[in-house]
Amino acid sequence: MSESIDDVRALETTWTTGRIIEKDHPTPTTVRLRMHVEDRRRHRPGQHYLIRLRAPDDYTAQRSYSIASDEDDPLVEFLIERLPDGEVSEFLADVAEVGDVLEMRGPIGRWFTWDTTTPALCLVGGTGVVPAVAMARAARRLGRSSLLRVVAVGRSPEELAYAEELARAGATLAWTRTDTGERPAGPPTVDELTPLLTGTELAFVCGSARFAAFAEGLLLDCGVQPGAIRVERFGPSG
Amino acid sequence: MPVTRGFLGRRRGHEGRLPPGQYDTGAGWPVLTAEATPVVDTASWSLSVDGLVERPTTWSWDEIHQLPASTYVGDIHCVTAWSKFDVTFKGVSVDELLDAAGPLPDAAYVMVHSSTGYTTNLPLSDLVDGKAWVVWEYDGKPLSRQHGGPARLLVPHLYFWKSAKWVSRLELMAHDRPGFWERNGYHDRGDPWLEQRYQGD
Ligand SMILES: Cc1cc2nc3c(=O)[nH]c(=O)nc-3n(C[C@H](O)[C@H](O)[C@H](O)COP(=O)(O)OP(=O)(O)OC[C@H]3O[C@@H](n4cnc5c(N)ncnc54)[C@H](O)[C@@H]3O)c2cc1C
Repeated sequence: MSESIDDVRALETTWTTGRIIEKDHPTPTTVRLRMHVEDRRRHRPGQHYLIRLRAPDDYTAQRSYSIASDEDDPLVEFLIERLPDGEVSEFLADVAEVGDVLEMRGPIGRWFTWDTTTPALCLVGGTGVVPAVAMARAARRLGRSSLLRVVAVGRSPEELAYAEELARAGATLAWTRTDTGERPAGPPTVDELTPLLTGTELAFVCGSARFAAFAEGLLLDCGVQPGAIRVERFGPSG
Repeated sequence: MPVTRGFLGRRRGHEGRLPPGQYDTGAGWPVLTAEATPVVDTASWSLSVDGLVERPTTWSWDEIHQLPASTYVGDIHCVTAWSKFDVTFKGVSVDELLDAAGPLPDAAYVMVHSSTGYTTNLPLSDLVDGKAWVVWEYDGKPLSRQHGGPARLLVPHLYFWKSAKWVSRLELMAHDRPGFWERNGYHDRGDPWLEQRYQGD
């Protein structure tokens, strides 16, 4: 049985620092940062860190970023979508360099996490793949890949980070703008999702507010109970 | 803490009005929810005030609208660092609800419950004297489902996770007990001006 919304525990965290060890751009609009975090704490897949930027006059800006890496990775990995005019994401994508030290705090969040034993489905879109990647990596390390099913939605293969890794891990990839011959372009459907839900007890939804609204609706249409759905919303909103 | 090489900061202005670490989200209103957005219809909606009170009371949608209406105009602050200025909410002051239910002398804390199972805890003192509302209108329109409609709690002087969406029950208690985010590492009180974001702040 998985825990209910009423019984997850708190954990104190404090600010520390992280150094950028690797930086690349997996897709045209994203940046991947792999960081060495001082006094690093163990994390569960699905948790996030705060990254805080500090100007010379002590003005700060902080945002939340999900962890992509697995527990046994010596570095903590993030994938950040560069939003036009986004204060923190543009800085991380365009200005930050290998060797830079950033303020960090985490891991945070005990609810949107996978306990690695409950059969679960991730329905994620765009940058929302990040926590699903952490969950899939943990599942692979533990030899429990059969417990986790990932359905990742992107506009096209070129625009979805981690698409190849997820495909190798057996994920279902759905392109909203690319017709693959096997699958017409479009969001996932009840028919596609229903067989993947067999035996699962929890559903994780992650992506933009618009994607999350779509994904929740789809899961409910597939007969998933509202109490079995956990949601994390990213990015700009209206 | 180190200065970030090359970072100058952009979302400034509003000094004195933005709590530390916050930025102005402008016209946006981010949606942050841990659960699927529920459909709560006004016909089955109700709000209860119970626990350490003289008269446990439940209002239906029509009954709560009979209470004197009250409006909040001001700012709101989310722990994820956005603030939103000059928002208008309409509903009823929590003082009205407490007057009807009659808190007992040993009531010092409140557990707020949502119909989804979400909970958040507050000292009673943060809900009285015109500091908190149960609201159903935003900007002159019915509060949308994604923002907690048909009715949510509004405690604008604290981080917004205290303003429980889809509010269904205020439970008065003698002793504090952590709610959902509070058990998940968030601060027990959540004062944005003191930057009480997480446990240990
Ligand atoms: C738990 C959690 C996990 C997350 N994980 C990730 C992750 O793994 N990867 C990821 O990419 N994101 C993630 N996010 C989102 C992330 O925290 C930021 O919201 C995102 O990076 C945008 O921040 P920003 O500073 O770049 O943009 P902001 O400066 O916050 O702006 C966001 C958008 O709004 C517009 N905007 C903001 N303010 C103004 C203004 N005053 N005037 C005009 N326009 C404005 C900007 O143009 C921009 O497009 C996560 C969020 C949460 C809550």
